[in-house]
Amino acid sequence: MGRKLLLTHDHVEGIQGYAAYRANGGYRSVEKALKKMTPDEVVEEVKKSGLRGRGGAGFPTGMKWSFLAKPEGVPRYLVCNADESEPGTFKDRYLMERIPHILIEGMITSSYALGANTSYIYIRGEYFYVARILENAIAEAYANGWLGKNILGTGYNLDLYVQVGGGAYICGEETALLESLEGKRGNPRIKPPFPAVAGLYGCPTVVNNVETIAAVVPIVNDGGDEYAKIGIGRSTGTKLISASGNINKPGVYEIELGVPVEEFIFSDEYCGGIANGKRMKACVPGGSSVPILPDYLVCKTAAGEDRLMTYESLSDGGFVSGSMLGSGGFIVYDEHQCIVRNTWNFSRFYHHESCGQCSPCREGTGWMERVLHRLEKGEGHMSDIDLLVDVAKKIEGNTICPLGDAAAWPVAAAIRHFRHEFEYHVLHPDKIKDPKHGYREPIMPVKPEPVTA
Amino acid sequence: MSLLKVTIDGKTIEVEPGTTILQAARQIGPDVAPPAMCYYTKLKTSGGYCRTCLVKVTKGSEKDPRPMPKLVASCRTTVMDGMEVQNYSSEEVVEARKGVVEFLLINHPLDCPICDQAGECHLQDLSYENGRSKSRYEFKRRTFEKIDIGEKIQLHMTRCILCYRCVKVADQLTPGRVHGVINRGEVAEISTYIQNAVDNEFSGNMIDVCPVGALTDKTFRFKSRVWFLKPVDAHRDCDQCSGKAVVWKYGNEIYRVTGRKDQWGEVDEWICNTCRFEKKSPSDWVEEGPRKINRHSVISQNHYGSKTRFVASPESLPQKQLS
Repeated sequence: MGRKLLLTHDHVEGIQGYAAYRANGGYRSVEKALKKMTPDEVVEEVKKSGLRGRGGAGFPTGMKWSFLAKPEGVPRYLVCNADESEPGTFKDRYLMERIPHILIEGMITSSYALGANTSYIYIRGEYFYVARILENAIAEAYANGWLGKNILGTGYNLDLYVQVGGGAYICGEETALLESLEGKRGNPRIKPPFPAVAGLYGCPTVVNNVETIAAVVPIVNDGGDEYAKIGIGRSTGTKLISASGNINKPGVYEIELGVPVEEFIFSDEYCGGIANGKRMKACVPGGSSVPILPDYLVCKTAAGEDRLMTYESLSDGGFVSGSMLGSGGFIVYDEHQCIVRNTWNFSRFYHHESCGQCSPCREGTGWMERVLHRLEKGEGHMSDIDLLVDVAKKIEGNTICPLGDAAAWPVAAAIRHFRHEFEYHVLHPDKIKDPKHGYREPIMPVKPEPVTA
Repeated sequence: MSLLKVTIDGKTIEVEPGTTILQAARQIGPDVAPPAMCYYTKLKTSGGYCRTCLVKVTKGSEKDPRPMPKLVASCRTTVMDGMEVQNYSSEEVVEARKGVVEFLLINHPLDCPICDQAGECHLQDLSYENGRSKSRYEFKRRTFEKIDIGEKIQLHMTRCILCYRCVKVADQLTPGRVHGVINRGEVAEISTYIQNAVDNEFSGNMIDVCPVGALTDKTFRFKSRVWFLKPVDAHRDCDQCSGKAVVWKYGNEIYRVTGRKDQWGEVDEWICNTCRFEKKSPSDWVEEGPRKINRHSVISQNHYGSKTRFVASPESLPQKQLS
């Protein structure tokens, strides 16, 4: 049984409320940080913990915090990115719904560490009911003296606000989020300057994911060294994984980083194996934007080593035979799922969510979506497959923000590993249209093939 | 501050700190300058959207010689001392730019034969120089209704490439912006809020900055092709603007008035709507003489008389005619 740090008390009666949360050791980190530690010591603990951003990119949080510019007389801001919109990712929602106070607690401790007196939680528009839960929690925190003026008599002031977004995926990109928070159109900014120098209202700003901020609580409570003991190598601590797809027990799991992927999918403690006694065909280990992995590369790397749930192991093999941990949206496909249809579905999402600011993403996502739709309907040509690879390559890396990459990677990876299925769609349009056979039947036998990386 | 040394395609130049790669390349010359569709020197915060000016930085600076991991937008990246940049000499950049041109063109109507911008259109130049000859896009192109924004300007959104230049003009030149980008992604469009009219004295500059034929001068629409007109530098006393403009004449008649554009297609000085739309009589203007036009431009086909007559050199003629 893995150790839990965030979801330790998630099934305690009334944990949503302040009383139960406090009775189970809540707000200890605020007491410890504000009374016994200086802000720099908190940053130091986070650095020692090796915590990496849980929103997808995996950038070391301590380093991000130490980059924050600290000019005199300019306010600093901490913004929590709760705009969780990646298909397949729902861990932040679960955390905020079940234990809203852990986020509030993390926000207070982190704001203290960064010297921010005003902090924001930018939450996705579709999570309006979660925003209400958070606002109740904030009201309780104010009522009990954890927020407001002169917290715990230490002279530290903090105001915390929840801002509900309009429901655009792009506003999860940190600079688009800041634009949206300022009340403008949610277009990503051109970097540099980075938010650490000029962020919200032109002031130095740190933007962190919900889970990252929540993880600050156990780090301050137990110390960074203790946190760093969990996990393997540079992937320390625990991670929330949103498991979905054709598995027996979908849901949010807190794992210690370093759990083998095989154990995560097939053990009863976690996903409990593939549903309905079928076999696994593919897996997207980190949310829709990361490359898809075929079954023979999910549990083993191309070199034959066991694949572990860590940032490094999942990206082993680069984009040829690896993927990414991303935001932890773990989607498993059984043998009867159509990869072409799935890729089209992802592509349709990115087409819909592209902000339209820079040309490769604005025009390219729509183009890919149309070609994929044509292939999916069985009206495509063989040349479409190479066209998709080429268009994905032209988008990737040439855009302002990572949405272009996120749109290109799943398409490129699906064709890299499942080209035979795309070809089948071109060659047998009659079979995929027939509802009796269609894409719900196994299109090609799923067999492990040796891979040359 | 000392000057910074930057090498672009093997050519070295020393520039002021704060100069962007694009500006440095323009100082070296047109051989190495990347094309720019959205960047406009006179408009702050412009650039970075179209991605045609992508370049490869092979050496970050003297202090930190690591190359930059991705291609960067040269219009928004400032040079560092000792930076080495590849533009046309990098296969990767050429390929990426070809991709960008293709993206810009897949939804462009390519109605050049009936477009007023033809002949002075940056997208035409860009695709001629950097694009491929055939499109691989086989779907319906997106279209919009033409709308009038203001009395003198027509917006043909179908041709727009969303460079945001006109938005920046409205933000930085005029008292209140009433148009902007609405919707998102592929269907994002420039529009005024509920058919609001753009009505102020400097709105006409939006036509000059538009790199394509999306914003056109309603007093000139379908009057003539630009290469049949004679561009003549002229000025007049204006209490609102500098009054320095180019009048485009056919015989003795003034067909249109625009700002004076430099080598990179950017106007030197903004002009007001009175000069642009109202003053179409030769007596309004003091002529300074014919405007110098690059002889490679189609506009220079027009003759100014025997002195500056366009003479085709053998290499500029199409191969067919030579054989």
